[in-house]
Amino acid sequence: MPSSDYDSACLPDLLPLYYRRLFPFSQYYRWLNYGGVQKNYFQNREFSFTLKDDIYVRYQSFSTQNELEKEMQKVNPYKIDIGAIYSHRPNQHNTVKSGTFQALEKELVFDIDMTDYDDVRSCCSAADICSKCWTLMTIAIRILDRALRDDFGFQHLLWVYSGRRGVHCWVCDEAARKLSVAARSAVAEYLSLIKGGEEMVKKVVLMDPIHPFIRESLNVVEHYFPRYALQDQDILGRKESVDKVLALVPEDILFTMHELQQDFQNAKKPETRWKLIKEQAKRKQVCNSKGQYFEKEIMLQYCYPRLDVNVSKGVNHLLKSPFSVHPKTGRISVPMDLKELDTFDPFAVPTISLICEELDRPRTGEEEEKSEEEKRKIRDFKRTSLAKYVKYFDQFLDGMAGSRKGDLLRKSDLQKEF
Amino acid sequence: MQFPSRRRKNNINPQTELYGHALQFYGQPPLENISLSEFETFAVDRLKLLKTIENLGVSYVKLSEQYAKKLETEFKNLNFPYRPDADDRKIQSGPSEYEKRRKDHISHFILRLAYCQTEDLRRWFIQQEVDLFRYRFNDLPPKHKLEFLHRNNLQYDTISVEEKKTLLDKLVNSSYAVSGITVEDQDFYKVPFQDALDLVRTRKVYLKAGYVYIPHQDIVTIVLNDFRTRLSKALALTARSLPAVHSDERLQPLLNHLSHAYVGQDYSIQKNVGKISLEQIDSLSGKSFPLCMRQLHQNLRESHHLRHGGRMQYGLFLKGIGLSLEQALQFWRSEFIRGKVDADKFDKAYAYGIRHMFGKEGKRADYTPYSCMKVILSNPPSQGDHHGCPFRHSDPELLKQKLQFYKVSPSGISQILELVKGMHYQLACQKYFELTHNIEEASFSLNHPNQYFIESQRVLGGGKDIKREMDTPQRSQDNAVAKGSGAAREAAANAPQGLAEMTEDLDSFFQDA
Repeated sequence: MPSSDYDSACLPDLLPLYYRRLFPFSQYYRWLNYGGVQKNYFQNREFSFTLKDDIYVRYQSFSTQNELEKEMQKVNPYKIDIGAIYSHRPNQHNTVKSGTFQALEKELVFDIDMTDYDDVRSCCSAADICSKCWTLMTIAIRILDRALRDDFGFQHLLWVYSGRRGVHCWVCDEAARKLSVAARSAVAEYLSLIKGGEEMVKKVVLMDPIHPFIRESLNVVEHYFPRYALQDQDILGRKESVDKVLALVPEDILFTMHELQQDFQNAKKPETRWKLIKEQAKRKQVCNSKGQYFEKEIMLQYCYPRLDVNVSKGVNHLLKSPFSVHPKTGRISVPMDLKELDTFDPFAVPTISLICEELDRPRTGEEEEKSEEEKRKIRDFKRTSLAKYVKYFDQFLDGMAGSRKGDLLRKSDLQKEF
Repeated sequence: MQFPSRRRKNNINPQTELYGHALQFYGQPPLENISLSEFETFAVDRLKLLKTIENLGVSYVKLSEQYAKKLETEFKNLNFPYRPDADDRKIQSGPSEYEKRRKDHISHFILRLAYCQTEDLRRWFIQQEVDLFRYRFNDLPPKHKLEFLHRNNLQYDTISVEEKKTLLDKLVNSSYAVSGITVEDQDFYKVPFQDALDLVRTRKVYLKAGYVYIPHQDIVTIVLNDFRTRLSKALALTARSLPAVHSDERLQPLLNHLSHAYVGQDYSIQKNVGKISLEQIDSLSGKSFPLCMRQLHQNLRESHHLRHGGRMQYGLFLKGIGLSLEQALQFWRSEFIRGKVDADKFDKAYAYGIRHMFGKEGKRADYTPYSCMKVILSNPPSQGDHHGCPFRHSDPELLKQKLQFYKVSPSGISQILELVKGMHYQLACQKYFELTHNIEEASFSLNHPNQYFIESQRVLGGGKDIKREMDTPQRSQDNAVAKGSGAAREAAANAPQGLAEMTEDLDSFFQDA
């Protein structure tokens, strides 16, 4: 689906339209209010806005959905970030005695950014992405989603496309929102396998026994590896790429691998070359010696998700809001339906220019019979490409509402209320 | 008529009951009167113990044999309880087991008063107390461990035999220490993951649906977590009652001194503001910067950019060596502009952070430059980062190449790599100092990048060693630790002759450690 050409210079004109007629305020409020179970949950939530000319304002907070709407329609933020729920209203934090204004709760979040994979992707670098390297995001989502649900028991995960080069995950379970800094950092470290900065060549080291979490992750990686790494990224094609892969093979294998170099020359197909590497690995595993899992380590280094632990650690960390616009690409940060993950195309995500343009297209059928006023009242996103994403968001919110109801029933059962 | 009471507890001396176990959670504060001098001695001794624990923790793997042996020596010297069934009968001149436990109890609570005041102090205190607790709990025989658990109400559910069978493979593969036999023989507990963060963080346990499955033998980590949480909460509470304590003039000076002594020099007070010019930085980086800062500086010059971790570590270091805020802004700005950042963007996005470092923004905290401990242990570098400690965070091959590039001799490089292999990162850096400054033996024990800089300037400036009190000739790799123990013995021998003298010993002890 083509997106209308987006020009960031048009933002000042498009944003007012977006916030007046398209931004799904009632769903947004429904989310952040969490059923109104906890007092002042919405009121004590911090928002931050980035306005025109890079003006950044923190500690915004609102008493009602209406107040939020009015303010956003007034200032037309270029970017919106969501922060924590504090002990007091953030917009009054200056009046609070120093030391008592504290961040109390927030969703557990993860940020996967494509630039963190620059050392292992050859198709793009920095802020660029393409369909070849997008697979890395697919892999990351599959691995993390499974682990957060099966291992940690979380149920309400919202995956959001960041608008340019990555994805975010918002874990909205009550237990997740109440996690301490130490707990968040422990979760993030449990999920981390890639260790090392610029100075580290080998970033994944596996020891015996291989933890069930790693096994499950490897299953996902192995599924995508042939197409993604051997074909699309061609890691065993050109000499420089081959050398990079071989740098991750233990020295003793390389030593006895004069034959391997020879075999490599003879075998031009990347799949065959990978098979050779796997065979060497198998041999080493039979001996149960050090560095035996190197072929798994290679796959993980090229494919396994790279998290920024600092984003997940902080209770007060601000993260881009779903349905925020990305100023550079114009794309809306839309929630992702994991049922359609393998066909998700970041380049098909609607831009603000597209959906604004779609607003003006006349609709056939009954809609034409309604009056102008009535037309305006219907939330217009339904007429645009944004509709399906809001619908999915609704389903997500229904899921959470269902859980809350279940919890209440359980509690009242325990208390034997009728 | 007197019926023999079945509940023997009522007949036991309450004091024995209080110290009936060598180890405790420090749940109840001591309720007795003690003399001021005991107050002082106890506090100082415990602080020395915790400081030793900190040093040992960096130089040795925790709970390894060397670690345990050295720590045990320290326990003996400072009269803290270290063996539950200690041969109390056989003893010995010196305090009884009961007295040692009492000292343990009281000294802990005194130090709470001194260390509850700031986030940094609390974090340090909790870390050392947790390490201390880990060591002592580990030392308990299994029967005592169980007893301890029950006394402290740690009840978790065990899983059924059927569940164990179903999960057998997963349990065995989750932990190096768990074999098929372990699963068969031992009880496995189902614990919410929030109560076992250390095990989750290091992935040493099986995790399913938010619960970890722990064999009885590993229950220590849970206990540690519990200990840490309780202590953290307690410190927060203690902080609130501090004003009352501080109003007692007898206690205030000692408490203040205790909390300042732990860190020794933190290089937060800039002594030479403005004495360094920006033009000097390049040459200084080659001569007097520790390897971590030299690396950061070089990367900054090459890519005209550094990520957040690098900016913090290097920026604070520069502040520590004497750069003023204006100089810092100019320094970073001119470098970033050479790269992809234009002047405008710098002012908007990066200048704020630099002013923040100097305490001019946000909560106006004047951040202190990172110590080696902090650089080594927290915020490890990831993709695109150049911060951290090169001896800890670099690939050994790359480290070797870098040292060769910086013209360190081959034999020097091997010595350094040996130290790195043994995880003695600060000693490796010290060796790097010795090699690059062409001296036999550094007269200091490295624990801070800014200390490296000052010592380097001292050596290059020609001013030889300032006479240090504890300069006993013990030329071995255990330099730092041995000196520490020696000082402890000395200071303990010099016992309470007044607050001033004691705290003097404390000062010099910490400067050398």
